Amino acid sequence: MKLGYLDLTLFLVILTLGAVILGKYIAAVFSGRLKFLAIIEGPIYRILGRAASDEMSWKEYTVALMIFNIFGIIILFTIQLIQGVLPLNPAHMAGLSWDLALNTAISFVSNTNWQAYSGESTMSYYTQMIGLTPQNFFSAATGLSVLVALIRGFKNVENDKLGNFWRDLTKSVLYILLPVSVIFAIIFVNQGIPQNFSAYQNVNLVEVQKIAKSPDIKTQVLPMGPIASQESIKMVGTNGGGYFNANSAHPYENPTPITNLLEILAMLIIPAALCFSFGRMIGDRRQGYALYIAMTIIFIVMTLLIMNAELKGNPLFNTLHVDQAQSLFQSGGNMEGKEARFGVLGSGLFASATTAASCGAVNAAHDSLMPLGGFVPLFLMQLSEVVYGGVGAGLYSIIVFAILSVFIAGLMIGRTPEYLGKKIESFEMKMVAIIILVVPFIILCSTALSVIIKPGLDGVSNPGAHGLSEVLYAFTSAANNNGSAFAGLNANTVYYNLLLGLNMLVGRFGVIIPLLAIAGSLANKKSIPVTEGTMSTSGGLFICILIGVIIIIGALTYIPALALGPVVEHLLLYTQ
Amino acid sequence: MKQIRPAILAFMLLTIIVGIIYPLIITGVGKTFFPYQANGSLVYKNNRLIGSELVGQQFTENKYLWSRPSATTPNAYNPMASGGSNLGPLNPQLVQLVKDRVTVFTSSNEASPANVPVDLVTASGSGLDPDISVAGAYYQIKRIATARNIRVGIVKDIIDKYTKYPIFGIWGTARVNVLMVNLALDSLGESK
Repeated sequence: MKLGYLDLTLFLVILTLGAVILGKYIAAVFSGRLKFLAIIEGPIYRILGRAASDEMSWKEYTVALMIFNIFGIIILFTIQLIQGVLPLNPAHMAGLSWDLALNTAISFVSNTNWQAYSGESTMSYYTQMIGLTPQNFFSAATGLSVLVALIRGFKNVENDKLGNFWRDLTKSVLYILLPVSVIFAIIFVNQGIPQNFSAYQNVNLVEVQKIAKSPDIKTQVLPMGPIASQESIKMVGTNGGGYFNANSAHPYENPTPITNLLEILAMLIIPAALCFSFGRMIGDRRQGYALYIAMTIIFIVMTLLIMNAELKGNPLFNTLHVDQAQSLFQSGGNMEGKEARFGVLGSGLFASATTAASCGAVNAAHDSLMPLGGFVPLFLMQLSEVVYGGVGAGLYSIIVFAILSVFIAGLMIGRTPEYLGKKIESFEMKMVAIIILVVPFIILCSTALSVIIKPGLDGVSNPGAHGLSEVLYAFTSAANNNGSAFAGLNANTVYYNLLLGLNMLVGRFGVIIPLLAIAGSLANKKSIPVTEGTMSTSGGLFICILIGVIIIIGALTYIPALALGPVVEHLLLYTQ
Repeated sequence: MKQIRPAILAFMLLTIIVGIIYPLIITGVGKTFFPYQANGSLVYKNNRLIGSELVGQQFTENKYLWSRPSATTPNAYNPMASGGSNLGPLNPQLVQLVKDRVTVFTSSNEASPANVPVDLVTASGSGLDPDISVAGAYYQIKRIATARNIRVGIVKDIIDKYTKYPIFGIWGTARVNVLMVNLALDSLGESK
C-alpha cells in the first residue's frame, strides 16, 4: 500500500533544493547588489521622485504601506462595480453588488483571496487581468516588504530607519514575483492551461443531455481568458484566488499531475526560500535553518495525517458495494470532491500545503474531506500559518513565535530574553501579545455570533457538527488571510461579505502594524554581543521549544471549538 | 500625506507591467509555441467544436464510457458553474446519492464485479472531471462491448490507448480520458 511517504519525501527534497537557491537570490535582491533590471527600475524611481529615495522610520513605512493598500482596495472595488462598461468583456458580465465587490477588494488586497463569487460567471477579462492579477502581485510584495523591514529592525544598531517602502515594493515585484511567475506561467500553458482573449466557446455535446420536464441540453459553454498568467501568480504569491469557482480542481486551472506538483511547489517555494534569505541577511544562516526545520517537521506530520485520513475512505460506504481500496488502477479512498487525476494523495498534499502556506487555492472540495482530513487544513491555518506561510507573512509570523519562545525560555531560566542580538523588552512583548491574540479573538467571536443569529445560520449547508466546521473554517480562513473554504457555506450575503471582510482586514493589518512597531523599536536598540551565556536560537533545543509554543498556543486557543466540529464528527462517523 | 502621490504613481506603473505587459507576453509566448493548449485544448470533428480534451461531458448511453457524477448546477458538467457537491462525509444526502449511483451501475453492468470503483459513484471537485480511474473504465468494458456488438478486447485496447500514468510512477493516479475514448469508439464504427 502506498501511503504517500515517497510522494512527500521527494517533494520536500525538490522544495528544499529550490528554496536554498532562490533564498540566496532573494537575499541578493534586497541587499541591492542585483541591478540587471535597472532599465525598468530606474525610471520608476525617477517618476516617484524623492519619495523613492528617503529612508523611512517605522511610522513612515507603515503610512506608505497603508496608503498603497487602501488605494488598492478603492481601485479594485471601483473596477468591479463598473466592469460592465469597461473593455475586455466578451461574456458581457455586469457590475457586482457593492458588498461582494467590497469583500473581494479587501480579499485580494489582504492576500486572502477568499472568493464569494464564481469567476466564470461573474468577472470580465478586464477585472481578472487588470484588476485582480496586479493585486496578486502587490499583496505578496507587501508581505515581502514588511519582512524585509523587520529584518532591518534586527540588523540596525541605534538607527531607526527601516528602508524605503516604494523600493522594497518595486524590487519584490520586478526581481522576485514577476520572473518566478513568468517561468511557471509558460510551463502552465504548455501543460494545457488556456491563455487567450477569445470569447466563451460553444461546444456541441457528443451526447445530448436529457433532463426530465425541461428542454434537452445540446451545448456546453467553455469559459476562456488569460488564465495561465493569473494561475501562476495566484500560486507564487500565495494568493489562491482562482480564475474559476472550482479553483485548482478545475481542469483549466490544474490540468495534469505535473501542474498539480508545480502548483504545490509554486506556493511553498518563496515562503520556504525566505527562511534561507533570512539567515543570510541576518548574518547567521543557522537561524534560518532552525526556522525551516521547525516548519518542515509540522508540515510532515500534518500532511501524513490528512493523506491517511483520506486514504481510509468513508466508512459509511463500506456496506454499499463501493470499492474504496487503493490499487494500481485507482486512487481509492474518499473521492467525493476530488479529481481522478490527482487522487487522494495529490489532493491531500495540496490541501496541507495550501493551508500551511496561507495560499488558499484548493484542488479538492475541502467541505467533503473526512473529519480528520478537514481538521488538518483548519488546524494549520489556526497555527497562524507559520508553516512556510504566506509570502513574507509566514516568516514574519514565525519570528513573532520565536520572540515569544525566547521570552518563555528566558522566564524559565531567569534571564533577559534576547533574539538575534536584540533585547526583547516590555514594548515588544506587548506588540507580540496583540499579534497573537487579535486573530483568534476575531475568529472565535465572529464564529460564535454567526451560529446564534439567523443571517449566520442561513449560510450553513451541511447538518450537525459539520455545519459548525463550515462557519469556523470560513472565519479562520479569512482572518488568517488564507482564502480556502468549506465551500458549502453560502457566503455571498451582505452579512458574510462584510463580517468576513472585517476579519480579513483585522487579520492582515492587525498583525502588520504592531509588527512594524516591533521592527522600529528593535532598530533603535544596541546589539548585544553573543557570549557563552546567550541562549542559542539555532539549535535542536530551541527548535523543540518553538514547535511546542506554536502548537500549544494554537491548541489552547482553538481546541474547544475544534472539539465541537471535526472531533465530534469523527467520533459520530465511527459509531454509526 | 506626502505618500499619496507616490502611491498612485507606483500603483499605475506596476499595474501596467504586471496587469497588461505580463499577461500579453504570456499570451504571445503561449499562442506561438503552444497554440493548441493556449486555446483550451479544443477538439473538433468535421469542423464542429465537440469539446475540450480537458473538460468532461456527461454520458449515459450504454455504448459510451460513462464519466464521474457531476454536482454542477443546474445540469451536470456545466462549466459555467464549476464546483463540487460540498456534502460532508456524514451527510445523509451523500450516502443516499452514493447508494442510488451504485444501483444504477450494478444494474447496467451486470457482468462486472459487485463492488463499484469509488470514483464512479462520487462527484468530482470541479464537476468537470475529464477522467475516470482505470478500474472505473475496466468496470464498464463488458457493457460497452455488448452495446456495440464488438469484442471486449477492442474496447480494452482503446481504453489502454487513452490511459495516462502517474509521473515517475509517483505523482497522480492512472486515469482514462472519457471523451477521447468515446470519440475513438465512435470513429471505430465509421471506419468499418
